[in-house]
Amino acid sequence: MPIPSPLYSRTAALCTTQEWRDWSGYFSAITYGPSYEVEYYAVRNAAGLMDASPLYKYEIRGADAERLLDRMVTRNVAKSRVGQVLYTPWCDEDGKVIDDGTLARLGPQHFRLTAADPSLRWLQDVGYGLDVELRDVSTELAALALQGPNSYAILQSLLPKAKLGGLRYYNLLQTEFNHTPLTITRTGYTGDLGYELWVAPEHAPALWDSIMETGAGYGILPLGLAALDILRVEAGLLLIEVDYSSTLHARIPDQQSSPYEIGLGWAVDLDKPDFIGKQALQAEHAAGTPRSLVGLEVNWYDLERLFGEANLPPQVAGRASRTAVPVYAGEEHVGQATSMVFSPILKKYIALATVRSEHAALGSQLEFEITVEYVRKRASATVTKMPFYNPAQKRALPNG
Amino acid sequence: MANSATYDAIVIGGGHNGLVNAAYLARAGLKTLVLEQRHVLGGATVSEEIYPGFKFSVFSYVVSLMRPEIIRELELVRHGLTILPLESTITPLPDGRYIYRGPDSAATFRNISQFSTRDAEAYREYSYAMYHMAKAVKYILSIRPPDPTSFDPRELLALLKLGKHFLSLGEENIYTLAKLMTMSSADFLEEWFETDPLIATLSASGIIGTFLGPRSPGSAYVLLHHYMGEIDGVFRAWGFARGGTGGVAEAIASSARALGAELRTEARVAHVITRNGRAVGVALENGDEIYAKRIISSLDPKLTFLKLVDQNELPSDLVNRVGKFDSYGSSGKVNLALDAMPELSCLPGYGEHMRGAISISPSVNYIERAYDEAKYGRFAKKPYVDIIFPSAIDPGMAPPGKHVMSCFVQYAPYQLAEGDWNSQREAFGDAVVDTLSEYMPNLKQLILHRQVLSPWDIEQTIGLSGGNIFQGELSLSQLFFLRPAPGYAQYRTPIANYYQCGSGTHPGGGITGAPGRLAAIEILKDAGKVLQ
Repeated sequence: MPIPSPLYSRTAALCTTQEWRDWSGYFSAITYGPSYEVEYYAVRNAAGLMDASPLYKYEIRGADAERLLDRMVTRNVAKSRVGQVLYTPWCDEDGKVIDDGTLARLGPQHFRLTAADPSLRWLQDVGYGLDVELRDVSTELAALALQGPNSYAILQSLLPKAKLGGLRYYNLLQTEFNHTPLTITRTGYTGDLGYELWVAPEHAPALWDSIMETGAGYGILPLGLAALDILRVEAGLLLIEVDYSSTLHARIPDQQSSPYEIGLGWAVDLDKPDFIGKQALQAEHAAGTPRSLVGLEVNWYDLERLFGEANLPPQVAGRASRTAVPVYAGEEHVGQATSMVFSPILKKYIALATVRSEHAALGSQLEFEITVEYVRKRASATVTKMPFYNPAQKRALPNG
Repeated sequence: MANSATYDAIVIGGGHNGLVNAAYLARAGLKTLVLEQRHVLGGATVSEEIYPGFKFSVFSYVVSLMRPEIIRELELVRHGLTILPLESTITPLPDGRYIYRGPDSAATFRNISQFSTRDAEAYREYSYAMYHMAKAVKYILSIRPPDPTSFDPRELLALLKLGKHFLSLGEENIYTLAKLMTMSSADFLEEWFETDPLIATLSASGIIGTFLGPRSPGSAYVLLHHYMGEIDGVFRAWGFARGGTGGVAEAIASSARALGAELRTEARVAHVITRNGRAVGVALENGDEIYAKRIISSLDPKLTFLKLVDQNELPSDLVNRVGKFDSYGSSGKVNLALDAMPELSCLPGYGEHMRGAISISPSVNYIERAYDEAKYGRFAKKPYVDIIFPSAIDPGMAPPGKHVMSCFVQYAPYQLAEGDWNSQREAFGDAVVDTLSEYMPNLKQLILHRQVLSPWDIEQTIGLSGGNIFQGELSLSQLFFLRPAPGYAQYRTPIANYYQCGSGTHPGGGITGAPGRLAAIEILKDAGKVLQ
């Protein structure tokens, strides 16, 4: 049974629906009010605030911290600046992904890693014999995700001294809130302008209150997982155990994925010195990757036609569906869509899918299985550039 | 230069239908020019900063049924369009109670149950029934009206398809549809419900923008118009546009430009130039003449036929019919800039109900009485008001903590029995604010700025004849193959190469883009092209 997170006193008071999901053992609100769409639009048009405390968090300090991390993750940690955040996967020796997360460089010898799954043991094993201090700070740090185009205005008026205007995408700054350290990273899981705030749990409720209060004039709403799931699919962001499996949980080799297969090839630096999985990844890079993650846009006219045959308007997933469906090229089964949702802002039915690489080129025409009144049918779908929705403010410097 | 066509098409009027039309023409490769008289595009679909820091959706205030295919085909999202949900309606009552209908169907059920459990149950069934009706009518909205008098095989085929469509609805639905087409909204709703304020609020959808009362036959059909968005469910063609309704026009304009259309503001067209019964260009008020292969008017039928072209060019029966085309406006608009969110005395606090609509419609008689006044040329002292707080839905509409309040008011007749709108305007505004203050006692002290618009002001500012927000009454006698006139409902006119694409054509008013798109299909057909 889940337990309350450090922000539960605040989220529970707002969660009128009592719809909760277990996120890493904590109560996490699915929707706060009767309409998840209102929360979704708050992020796309104003701001949403989410309790992200259940993330696993680790501190890595010491003379060999950089060495340990460069051995573990696929991106080049040595090249990262203090104040930079890297999004990176990490792999096993076979080059198969264990997990993905963000790696914040707080100092020359000081890092903070987030992960979806518990990772202390892996860090310890990789760091065996190195001069590092590893700490699981999952319960020592609460996390608040403030996301949406108004997030900058809210945070800046709450923290006038913090130089947020110059804070670039995937960078961090250290400041104080209520005389206690606060780390702000310009990161998130929504594909929009946004920040994640890392603070000691005992100060988290006060920070939540201040943000909600300041944000009231900016249209802020609490953000639940249902809306988040739509936002992250539009942003083309993967969810572990939905869009791919951790190699640690795979039962058969087919369930394992390399970074190349899940669209994270850009995050693999084959030029850096030895790291776990490098040889396998070099070989895969040379030989070509058999499967690829793609974005699919399902042809709406096809949906209208197929549902129209049953005298119905198209019925598609309003909340993101995590039930995988087969994808075909002609008569051949070539992969599966793993997350799909009707994008409220784009008015398109979109999906994340893994398909055989020969069908992964942009514009490739595939078929996507849908069920019309219990009958399996196929709608045409086009391989589309991701992110599906990519607003300029995501990366741009806000007016500061 | 004088005689050669510079453009493939000129669209007169940069309202949302003119822009949609131009975007589709440009998309098909036509060199297209839009001419707008004002300094800003959008027509009635416009947001303006009337008071510093406060953006008003000056005229139209919600997106009714913007066709999803237009959003997709013109890539309006990429061009900035966002339609935000507007999903509740609260009707405050003089006795301190209220009727609330929102996205939480159980909460809606409990609320209506306080008045009548029977009605709470009926409300769900009613939604299903209206869904079926809307589905039946949606087909009609998506097609060019066939000519029922023609023996052209194409027209006969279209009529046959229409007939088949109706037969497919089934007996029960056909009867309901017949009722909807002929009954008053109040009578129709009284077959379903017994709670007067619920009937009143629902019936209000049947009178918006029309010169009808809830007890006027024909008003039931207009109810249906408002259910059309329901069909699209999550596809949400109904709501509030980010940045106000001007956000819709800006997105379409941006798309049109990207597709190659040229958009010119402060370019007022004096008349259409014709030669041997064919439209060849336009003359601007500044004396410039611009030539094009085809001219499309997005203006209302009166302007399209009686002002832009010489009446001698038209058959006299058409001149006659358009002259009588009913386009007297019945509604006004009061836009307020507020220092803070006012409190509803029936449900204080800034809850989610303030992100939805507030309907001042306490009883059917209340609205009918308001209509009675208008029939005799007076604005309603106790009007029906449909309120939204755009800044609660899109915080960008006002500075943080401040708000804009949009009040759609009925009735305000175009023609006043006594005096004129210049002398009556503020008295009308006072009547509205006084009425609202009965439900929001602290409203008056929060008002920073007030903008009052009568139908006359609407006509003066954006040109809509009679100030009718639909470019002509949505009455049965002015719909489908009768809109704007029999024989001319297929977007063409008696003058070759002269077309119409405004809300005065099928399927009518509201921010739908449908007339603009359907007209583009016909124009392109004549040009030997197909709308892709």
